[in-house]
Amino acid sequence: MSRFRAIAALAAGALVLAPQVAYADTTITAAGSTALLPLVKSAAELYQNAHSDIHITVTGGGSNVGIAQVAARAVDLGDSDVIARNQPELVDHKVCVAGFSVLTHPGVGVKNLGKKQLQDIFAGKVTNWKQLGGADTKIVIINRPRTSGTRGVFVHTIMGGQALNESGLTEDATGTVIAAVKSTPGAISYAVFAGTKTSKDGHSSTLEGIAELSIDGVAPTEENVTTGKYPIWSYEHIYTHGPPNKDVSRFIAFIQSNSKLVHQLGYILTRDMKVTETDR
Amino acid sequence: MIAGNANNAHRNESVALALLKSASAFFIVSIVVLLGYLTFEGTKLFTVDHKSIFEFLFSPTFSPDTGQVGAAPFILGSLFVTGFAIAVGGPFGLAVGVFFSELAPPRVAAAMKPAIEVLVGIPSVVYGWLGLTLLVPLIRNMTGSTGFGLLSAGIVLSLMILPTVISLAEDAMRVVPNSLREGSLALGATRWETISRVLVPAARSGLAVAVILGIARAIGEALAIQMVLGNSPTIPHGLLNAASALTSEIVMDMGGAIQGSVTQHALFSMALLLLLIAMSLIVLVKFVVRRAT
Repeated sequence: MSRFRAIAALAAGALVLAPQVAYADTTITAAGSTALLPLVKSAAELYQNAHSDIHITVTGGGSNVGIAQVAARAVDLGDSDVIARNQPELVDHKVCVAGFSVLTHPGVGVKNLGKKQLQDIFAGKVTNWKQLGGADTKIVIINRPRTSGTRGVFVHTIMGGQALNESGLTEDATGTVIAAVKSTPGAISYAVFAGTKTSKDGHSSTLEGIAELSIDGVAPTEENVTTGKYPIWSYEHIYTHGPPNKDVSRFIAFIQSNSKLVHQLGYILTRDMKVTETDR
Repeated sequence: MIAGNANNAHRNESVALALLKSASAFFIVSIVVLLGYLTFEGTKLFTVDHKSIFEFLFSPTFSPDTGQVGAAPFILGSLFVTGFAIAVGGPFGLAVGVFFSELAPPRVAAAMKPAIEVLVGIPSVVYGWLGLTLLVPLIRNMTGSTGFGLLSAGIVLSLMILPTVISLAEDAMRVVPNSLREGSLALGATRWETISRVLVPAARSGLAVAVILGIARAIGEALAIQMVLGNSPTIPHGLLNAASALTSEIVMDMGGAIQGSVTQHALFSMALLLLLIAMSLIVLVKFVVRRAT
């Protein structure tokens, strides 16, 4: 009996002490937009290398997941491509601008579409690439779920009030969208530049296995986003619940000031923008 | 010395009894609390948000941000993939179970029994992953569809419930007393007549349990089907169309559902409905079995 008590006491002690041991250093958690995920993840790695007492955990989930989680204080940072509405307790930190490509399977035979044609595709009115001068292939729309900020940006900038046709596939992260477009003939979707482009020696190019569409003759490039010619872009936000503490605030400042990393990963510096969101 | 031992034994017995009693009480209380909480949260969609049950059950549009909470696509998706799995995996699993118990050479049966029991433990994510990497491309190449959809999810689920159904069906057949086998054969019945007219009816309730647990595993499965179903929140027009189920939709939306929002209430209602569907399917199977007696 006494041995049982001793074991129980040890176990209880371990349970009480364990979290304190694990959290002796500072831990910062982030969740949300998978469009902003590459930047926050890379920044977290660099930051942890420089500050051994800070641990940063970064996950995706989608913009609305980030907003919901930070509002519930489940994470320190909520990453989002869209503005959090009606939540005055959340403090917005703009980190950069992201452009979004309309991407297709490379075999569709169409390189450029007008905004109206995009609306017709995503509303389900046009169902074969042949109708747009491409191959005789059925169009497969791949959407992101309602929790996605990328979806929000796309609907806001392209769809002009029309609802998305959702009878195609739904993929819940930027990475899975790109994998699905690669493997599905006739597929079309939308994703952040950081997911659709690779950067080598300062030159960015479209990822192998997918194609990016020009919209009304304007190619999806960083330059065309900064001048406002290319329509699909948004500010990337990191939200905190109330003003951030010292450690969190330093990490956010580190992301905002790391222009080399922002550029290298395919995002656009806020200061390079020649237009604002209200110009669109 | 002897008295001390008896005392000890008596104390051990009362300790064990108290342990068992408190474990059962804890189990009952936690189930009641769970059901109560689910019912409370799951009805808020109707009591707090004033959505109609009719809309929830029959409307094809699910867009809770704009106030539309029709869960019909997910209800149909869940019922279809579960029905498919039972229609394909059920009879097949029962047949294999009967085969291993009655017809297979004893050495084969002895080797297969533990193998199938190990298969029961394969995690669903493994089935989902194999479905995504093998089945989806196969169906895509054969049919020219995307490969994601009801057919893929139905096949994955059918395979998934097979080990459970086979293993339990075999157990059910094995507990049929040998005297029945011997009696039937002694009366001049053939092997097939013995199995179909004597042994299977005798093992009926055990075979029903095998099917029930198959249903339970199929309808509650989220991960494996989310990976191959395509997750389209619309009513599918065919086997090859992408669809969504109650489970997979809860998985897709739960992270972004803000506490107290219509979305969250709708997801709770879907969880409650899933529970009710699973329970009524099980009751239905029990009823059918009793009817057949």
